[in-house]
Amino acid sequence: MSSVSSSRVSSSRVSSWGRLSDAEHRVVPITSADAAPGILQASAPGIARGMERSYGDVALNAGGTLWDTRSMNRLLAFDDATGILTVEPGVLLRDIQATFSRQGWMLAVTPGSEIVTVAGAIANDVHGKNHATMGTFADHVVSITLVRTDGEVIVCGPHDEPEGRGWFEATCGGLGLTGLIVQASIRLKRVPGPWLLAEDIPYQSLPEFFELSDASEQSFEHVVSWIDITTGGGRRGILSRANPVPSPHREVPPSATPLGAAKGGITFPVVPPLSLVNSLTLPLLNRAYYRLKRAGAGSKVVHYKPFFYPLDAVEEWNRAYGPRGFYQYQCVLPRATGLESVREILAIVARSGQGSFLGVLKTLGDREPIGMLSFARPGVNLTIDFPNLGRSTLALLASLDAVVSEHGGRLYLAKDARMPVALFEAGYPRLAEFTEYRDPGISSEMSRRLLGS
Amino acid sequence: MPALPSRPGSKPSPWPTDLVVIGATSAIASDCTRLWLEGGASSALLIGRDQVGLDRVATDLRVRFPAARIETSARDLLDVQGIGEAVSAFAGAGTPGAAAGAGLTVLIAHGSMTEQAESQADLAKAAAVLQVTGVSPSLWLEAAVDTMTAGTIAVLGSVAGDRGRRKNYIYGASKGLIERMAEGLQHRTAGSPLRVVLVKPGPTATPMTAGLPQKGLAPVSAVAAEIVAGVNAGRPVVYAPAKWLLIMAVVRSIPRVVFNRLDF
Repeated sequence: MSSVSSSRVSSSRVSSWGRLSDAEHRVVPITSADAAPGILQASAPGIARGMERSYGDVALNAGGTLWDTRSMNRLLAFDDATGILTVEPGVLLRDIQATFSRQGWMLAVTPGSEIVTVAGAIANDVHGKNHATMGTFADHVVSITLVRTDGEVIVCGPHDEPEGRGWFEATCGGLGLTGLIVQASIRLKRVPGPWLLAEDIPYQSLPEFFELSDASEQSFEHVVSWIDITTGGGRRGILSRANPVPSPHREVPPSATPLGAAKGGITFPVVPPLSLVNSLTLPLLNRAYYRLKRAGAGSKVVHYKPFFYPLDAVEEWNRAYGPRGFYQYQCVLPRATGLESVREILAIVARSGQGSFLGVLKTLGDREPIGMLSFARPGVNLTIDFPNLGRSTLALLASLDAVVSEHGGRLYLAKDARMPVALFEAGYPRLAEFTEYRDPGISSEMSRRLLGS
Repeated sequence: MPALPSRPGSKPSPWPTDLVVIGATSAIASDCTRLWLEGGASSALLIGRDQVGLDRVATDLRVRFPAARIETSARDLLDVQGIGEAVSAFAGAGTPGAAAGAGLTVLIAHGSMTEQAESQADLAKAAAVLQVTGVSPSLWLEAAVDTMTAGTIAVLGSVAGDRGRRKNYIYGASKGLIERMAEGLQHRTAGSPLRVVLVKPGPTATPMTAGLPQKGLAPVSAVAAEIVAGVNAGRPVVYAPAKWLLIMAVVRSIPRVVFNRLDF
């Protein structure tokens, strides 16, 4: 019931997905590519924000400016012959999937939530369950238009030589620090429709996981696994694998139609005073989930939504961790010592009694990413959520850092809110190259924490 | 008069085949247009002040719905002469034999938000708000009802029109004007195939409200979905999101002596 002029910008509290902070920000809407240079020049320094689905501080700027591109959600062109789609930065992956899956096209790479923007997917160079075959999001980006805070406009792509390619590699996975993305062209992938033939297979040990995962990657595009992190060493988990499949006569679930998606589904209703995930509930939740999945093991045709985006079904599920929020720890460890390092981490986590029922174990394909600061690289990826219990959680995460560091792994910046600078620098060898491309008028909490400005 | 959320027993209207959207570049209007085309509407005429903005919306719709016919028309929405001409152009020339407006849904969505303090301090600004947000949409509504004999005409009011508050009564008065117009036109068209729908969005997260505390602002996609469902069903009054029906029933019923002491 408030009225506000479009020129006036006031303060607003903003949290990222981990809900670890709730600071005031000056939110400045960017409504068109033409208006962006003027707005940036007038309001820098700042950082772009999308749907705030990153877990840590990559898109936070406490007390400062956030450039909000969410209303730039228009599709600009689609070429039916090549599958190249040109969009504004705030278009949601959900919108692309719903609009094009019926026409036989989908995103080649999608992360575990579709409620993220295209620009956010580029800036964090996200990956999905098909990393072995399709790489990361950036592998399917054809062109990016960037606006710098001095007003300069840069168009870059992966095949530009050499200057454009530098901008492209810095911007993909570049945490929004090279300029504001105002337009992108991405190549969609031909699919038979919105359906997948999916299969869940229980496993009882880490060696079994690796064997099963490697075998699955030979014949399945999508492979991922849930692991029970309470069993100390990964004694049980469920591997899920799937391939696109034609299934023309099935009814699309209501939540997958644009009207259904717009209406939204179930929302986690309140922030409970304490995390619902705690040392009492944790083993129970994990055991229950394992038994549920084991009981339903086998092959079935599923819509892409429950397979790709199971957590999107409950909006604001991050509230379940209570008012103090949570950390997501996501690392990639070299494959050579993957078994030992994953075992070590799981042992430490089980001993601590912390963690959650979100444990994801997956192998990443043998390909180096395009982006200078992209996360996905050959190895094994382990992801665990931890309710924030304060110092004890930070101490636990520091002991996990030691394992990651010892084995030459790295942490995912899109999920991070606390990694030490040394671990960041060791994990991202192209950092020095990246800093050449930074926009001096762009700064986030993460860039100040890890890059010093 | 307390607003009823729906007319019990009324039949849901068929999905529109043609759309006309006035103020088509607004976030709520463009999301509604997408949903209508998604559901099977085959054409949309986008009317607004700014050709560049209209082209942006039209391009998006053409990419999404390659089979639909998308047209734009940039015009001065305050030009009284032009309103009648525009309305007879889109609603007057129907299929011979069919009622004017059959299968057509018109959404009148334009308006402007100006900071209350600014329009309070400057009569010219107050006049502009009243004109753009109140008088002009009311005249488009009048012209559409005069021309159409079937179909649906929806107009965006606001929860702000339900009761005058010191923080936004000039904007609220404009929306209140729309409400009385819609109410009278509903009375006038009662029993005819033509339906008039008053839509009252609550605070919505749009570029206009990006600087406000985001807590409590409804996502524009959810508001649009509520509007499309309510307009299709031909409900006389659609609160979007629906919870505002209850909230505003309470707000309207607060005795003046209490209300005037509240700071909101």
